[in-house]
Amino acid sequence: MSSTRVVVTGLGTTNPVGGDVATTWAALLAGRSGVAELEHAWAEPLSVRIAAEVAVEPTEVLDRVRARRLDRSSQHAVVAATQAWADSGLAEETTEPERVGVAMASGIGGVTTLLGNYDLLQTKGPRRVSPLAIPMLMPNGPAASVGLMVDAKAGVHTPVSACASGNEAIALGIDMIRLGRADVVVVGGTEAAVHPLPMAAFANMMALSKRNDSPTAASRPWDVDRDGFVLGEGAGVLVLESQEHARARGARVYAIAAGAGITADSHDIAQPDPAGSGAARAMARALREADLAPADIRHVNAHATSTPLGDVAESKAIRATLGAAADDVVVTSTKSMTGHLLGAAGALESIATVLALRHRQVPPTINVDDPDPDIELDLATKPRSLPDGDLAALNNSFGFGGHNVAIAFTTPDGTDQPAQEQR
Amino acid sequence: MASTEEIRSDLADIVNEVAGVPADDVQMEKSFVDDLDVDSLSMVEVVVAAEEKFGVTIPDDEVKNLATVGDAVTFIEQRQS
Repeated sequence: MSSTRVVVTGLGTTNPVGGDVATTWAALLAGRSGVAELEHAWAEPLSVRIAAEVAVEPTEVLDRVRARRLDRSSQHAVVAATQAWADSGLAEETTEPERVGVAMASGIGGVTTLLGNYDLLQTKGPRRVSPLAIPMLMPNGPAASVGLMVDAKAGVHTPVSACASGNEAIALGIDMIRLGRADVVVVGGTEAAVHPLPMAAFANMMALSKRNDSPTAASRPWDVDRDGFVLGEGAGVLVLESQEHARARGARVYAIAAGAGITADSHDIAQPDPAGSGAARAMARALREADLAPADIRHVNAHATSTPLGDVAESKAIRATLGAAADDVVVTSTKSMTGHLLGAAGALESIATVLALRHRQVPPTINVDDPDPDIELDLATKPRSLPDGDLAALNNSFGFGGHNVAIAFTTPDGTDQPAQEQR
Repeated sequence: MASTEEIRSDLADIVNEVAGVPADDVQMEKSFVDDLDVDSLSMVEVVVAAEEKFGVTIPDDEVKNLATVGDAVTFIEQRQS
């Protein structure tokens, strides 16, 4: 493993609790839910009629013609990447396109474009299918759109591993920099699947909460009455950079992306390994790659989607990996507020993890009214402070297919210029 | 039957919707590609929207002959009559 250090120098997001990073962080600390009853007519016949749609419609931010040429998942990606790129302070003058890469994930891809054009095909015939449908629906569309935006020529990638996709993109970005393939990689994930077909499919596989009457209480990781996740949408984007490149331009550093662990369960296509062994191995690998001990970890942003099985399996995995050190780890699930952004979840939650380290504050997990007795973790049911000094944290993401990806972040080196403005 | 100017105006609205070109710029002598920066995929969208709007069929192999807004308006007028 190369000794190249990878730092986080830019953040951007659009999600159910905020249209930018500052709004999002404030909402998370305040315990504000982004889940609501769907007002679309199409939601009427569905068994699940709640979801977490973005707080700010992309069409309010993007140029109209640009927006209509992008699938909604690409719109979210471009909105978040525009923020992250500006936040990083990188610009054409300070970057060499052949050293800039993109790893932008999506769990499902351009599903609303695909299904919308299928509707047109059925109702109006093949002539009406959009000539832009393919570049809009292809899963690499968001990555390619972001790549065009930042003039990335080092390689533009789209990891796909369901709900682990966002974290896998971050892991790939770290690798690209460590292997010397790029100096800067724009990483993250995006998703836009709030549409009757994915909603019906997730509901039929018993994955979604049916708490239609109390949307803001529906996503309740670790609570005994949890009954499934709430579908969310949006994007999270981080700018990763080699420490050397960041130092040379005097960049603000939020955190170090210290290591990643990727494993597979090989257990079941949809169910998590009940013992969480694959998840535990992912966390252990991330620690090893980051050269961290369990006692260094003080915070975990858990995958914890609010499903009966998954939340317990992950809690066992955290215990198994960190051992007694888990007693001093503040664990939260921001999905209690944002819902589950599928392929964007890892990216949004990595942003939350980075901000928790930076502000030494952990956002709460809301709705844990009656903690599941099988969960032996220090859950942040209120906002919690983290101690001074060097800190490390993990962000977990797991996906259908048995994909497990853990990312380890640490507070910046003392030699790195600390982040200037408060956000 | 729509007048030439009505067809141009409606076509201008379509070009504006699809490609973001200000409708006032969509004048008869303008080239879709060279003057209005309408790329090939957007041109397909313009053609399909025009077919629906004007109730005509514009075959794919005819599209390449429609270099200017005037070419398109004339073609649509001929098909409508």
